[in-house]
Amino acid sequence: MTHTQIMRRVVKPVAFLVALQPAGWLLYNAFWGDLGVNPVETITNHTGIWCLRFIGITLALTPLRWITGFNPLALFRRMAGLFAFFYGTLHFMTYFVLDHSLQFGGVWEDVVKRPYITAGFTAFVLMIPLAITSTQGWIRRMGGKKWNLLHRLVYLTAAGGALHYFWKVKLDTTSPIYYAAVFGVLLAARLWQAASKRQAASAVAAARVAKA
Amino acid sequence: MLIKQASDLRESEVTPRELYLRRREFIGAAGATAAVLATGVLAPGFADAQNPAAQKLTNLKKSPFNTDEKMNSYRDVTTYNNFYEFGLDKGDPARHAHSLKPRPWTIKVEGECAKPGTYNIDDIIKWFPLEERIYRMRCVEAWSMVIPWNGFPLADFVKRMEPTSKAKYVEMRTLVDMRQMPGQTEPALQWPYREGLRMDEALHPLALFAVGLYGEVLPNQNGAPIRLVVPWKYGFKGIKSIVSVKFVEKEPLNTWQQTRADEYGFYANVNPDVDHPRWTQKSERRIGEFFRRKTLPFNGYGDQVASLYAGMDLKRQY
Repeated sequence: MTHTQIMRRVVKPVAFLVALQPAGWLLYNAFWGDLGVNPVETITNHTGIWCLRFIGITLALTPLRWITGFNPLALFRRMAGLFAFFYGTLHFMTYFVLDHSLQFGGVWEDVVKRPYITAGFTAFVLMIPLAITSTQGWIRRMGGKKWNLLHRLVYLTAAGGALHYFWKVKLDTTSPIYYAAVFGVLLAARLWQAASKRQAASAVAAARVAKA
Repeated sequence: MLIKQASDLRESEVTPRELYLRRREFIGAAGATAAVLATGVLAPGFADAQNPAAQKLTNLKKSPFNTDEKMNSYRDVTTYNNFYEFGLDKGDPARHAHSLKPRPWTIKVEGECAKPGTYNIDDIIKWFPLEERIYRMRCVEAWSMVIPWNGFPLADFVKRMEPTSKAKYVEMRTLVDMRQMPGQTEPALQWPYREGLRMDEALHPLALFAVGLYGEVLPNQNGAPIRLVVPWKYGFKGIKSIVSVKFVEKEPLNTWQQTRADEYGFYANVNPDVDHPRWTQKSERRIGEFFRRKTLPFNGYGDQVASLYAGMDLKRQY
């Protein structure tokens, strides 16, 4: 097997199984009745935090590729993003089913009235088009440029998610601030990269102009 | 439910020493076996795992204020609660409260009263007959439990201290000791934790000084050796591990109001019509249930306490 084949056939399935572990942990502990005194809270917090973590992993893969020069990391981006959506969906469904008994009215009232729900709900909804267009087919249909533009929505999801977490905690904002800081650094890395690309491009253009 | 006004009680009716002596007679005459039996008889439904090392409380008076709702387990009550002196996680109190030493313990009583002084907790407990009070507890975080407390009416304690006419409020404080309460090494809140009640609230028969839980001495994590329980208010009013009681003229600034005045007030009455700025108070999750249930005004104690707040705008004075 070539390196690429090893990545695709061995490392990727292993990564998939590892990424399922947080869900496995929930199932295992639910089965043994071991989700603590307030299981609904445990499920909500667990799925929420893993959604944020997978958003962070998704955003980190590309900068990590620049730094390490290890290009196969790009193979895991879609998977990481879809896992963020998976845990986000579990998180939303816990809230929708157990907090609101499947009543849209209650959810809507929350979305309108409560900033932390507004932020969290927006973050979740913005992930839906990203998940739908995550296939090769959609990339082809949309064209790389448009597709890339659309998928920058992930930064709004990250911001919304961090804000949602920040507004939810009662007192200790250490952890939400930590997540927001990591997202901020990852966004800054992209902006910095884009700026230096533009600079390089304009330098080339300037050189052309000088030649002519 | 018929409620006897606390003010009807005369000092003679609550003479504590008598009862204390009676209890000793009882235990002395009947012996340890009877005491053990009595625990079983007086504490039905307490079979679920408790702390075998804990001292049992016997001779608990039944209270007309008991709810007949299903009680939360001893484990629910003792492993899931807020007590920031031991950490911010709701599992932290159970994990870290072993460092608290609930004996020897004194309460300093001061301010506008005729009997200021420093009182030993073991004496205080002997002043009054202990009761069982099964109350709903509604946390401001929108979860709730049903808890069988053991204790005596705060009113009895207050009256014994003979507050003067200037005493309009009671202020209470929690112990400050970083070695006993490791959470106090962090400035999460401004220590000591402070809470207060208006005098008529403090004299209301529902307000309780709890020294026990489930027929046993109060575990450290639930506020040993003595804590306040005010079932019609959010749980944070129930100040724990109390070392000071002060009778004052002005409304005291309680810790959560001091920390975030837009979110927490002095009264903190359970009120489904006044949402927390960040979440709803219309409903709650009863620990042990999956779906949320409606929150009741004054946590279901409106018949008893609503009159205390007649004429007040509870939307403003939350």
